[in-house]
Amino acid sequence: MNYLHSIGQYFLMLKDTFGRMTKASVLKDLIFKEIDDLILGSLGIVSFISFFIGGVVSIQMALNLTNPLIPRSLIAFAARQSVILEFAPTLISIIMAGKVGSYITSSIGTMRVTEQIDALEVMGINSKNYLIFPKIIAMLTYPLVISISMFLGVLGAYLAGVVGGFVTSNDFIQGLQEDFIPFHLTYAFVKTLVFAFLLATIPAYHGYYMKGGALEVGQASTTSFVWTSVVIIITNYIITQLLLS
Amino acid sequence: MIEVKDIRKAFEGEEILKGITTNFPKGQTNLIIGQSGSGKTVFLKCLLGLFRPDHGKIVYDGEAYSSFSDEEQRELRKQMGMVFQGGALFDSMTVEENVMFPLRMFTKNKPHDMRKRVKEVLDRVNLAEPQHRKFPSEISGGMQKRVSIARAIVNRPKYLFCDEPNSGLDPKTATVIDQLIQEITKEYDITTVINTHDMNSVLEIGEKIIFLRHGVLEWEGDKDIIFKTDNEAVTEFVYSSNLFKKVQKAQQAGI
Repeated sequence: MNYLHSIGQYFLMLKDTFGRMTKASVLKDLIFKEIDDLILGSLGIVSFISFFIGGVVSIQMALNLTNPLIPRSLIAFAARQSVILEFAPTLISIIMAGKVGSYITSSIGTMRVTEQIDALEVMGINSKNYLIFPKIIAMLTYPLVISISMFLGVLGAYLAGVVGGFVTSNDFIQGLQEDFIPFHLTYAFVKTLVFAFLLATIPAYHGYYMKGGALEVGQASTTSFVWTSVVIIITNYIITQLLLS
Repeated sequence: MIEVKDIRKAFEGEEILKGITTNFPKGQTNLIIGQSGSGKTVFLKCLLGLFRPDHGKIVYDGEAYSSFSDEEQRELRKQMGMVFQGGALFDSMTVEENVMFPLRMFTKNKPHDMRKRVKEVLDRVNLAEPQHRKFPSEISGGMQKRVSIARAIVNRPKYLFCDEPNSGLDPKTATVIDQLIQEITKEYDITTVINTHDMNSVLEIGEKIIFLRHGVLEWEGDKDIIFKTDNEAVTEFVYSSNLFKKVQKAQQAGI
């Protein structure tokens, strides 16, 4: 029953979030601030992880290709497919659930604990729209992060493969272009956008409805990370089933 | 003036407010007092419209809140100022931005005019210019309360609500804040309702006092008669402080 109640409450929160709008000039500033906090602030860690994971994928593929009949260009093909299809959109989203999700839950949760949300409500402001809507809009730029992640993942794979002496530059580039299906990019960005929405709203829900003090803010952040990850994984399965199978 | 008629409010079957009827006159500092758990905060949140009463009605200057449309309720909220217990200042904004916030949200004033009004109210609450660009975490608790008061009055509200405005402050600062609230109430001719359990506030500014106990309005009066009442619950509450016990003993001894 608790789960049903939470799901219902989550959808009611979404309804209110898109309800009475905050003044446009204020909203514009909030959106830019959220883009800075949520998107630009995440580029460093996303770039770092993507680059090295791409490199590791490349090395592991190379070390497992022991059959001389299999072309070395397969290293690039495998790196490209794993980075575009799963690693960049899904794994980075789970990392973002930890980074951005915790930030959203703890910032909104702290506002709840310190009565800042009550202060907004008393002023007659739709606090859900004021707090959550700019985050959703800011997260629409999340595909940019994933594009950078894809690029750096492939770049990391290239450097690890070529500099490590596992594959020649020509073979790698040839493998990168082999059997490329443009729809895979569409699939990756469709799920990226869905994950972006989940990344903004599930942590916001956990922060907005939290009760208690500082300890509970920490607990809410952990719970939000767990639930955001779970929902991302399930949604990933559903989208893959719908779009690829 | 705010009139409250037979307000009841329950949470998960437990009745917190059990039929409160009273009124809060305009231009006076009205105090709600009572022990922790007496229903003061729930009552205040009902007055603010944050909780919808299960029964009864609240009338603001002749208009019942329950009969208002959503838009009218929002308009009424814009006429309310609130000073929260912890200040509830927005962490991410400077003092100036916090006070300017209601103006940015609800007026079409030019930035220059808004800054002028913000300076005016910050001067009114005696907050020195160098503090204006600091963040709430960089100023003292007393200053945070002043900023909170400034934010509450910047839009010239008709109603001012304060939830334990003195909590966490030293006695001297607490007295300054009390006096400030009383002066602003007279100056702006507004209806002020203060939720407190600070007996010094009762003595200083209690022009109308209501005493809540277990969700019931047990007693109402003012600062001049609260020390003379026969109501045992009120007497017990008033003289629970050691200082007032000594005053009581001195009175009984004729000193």
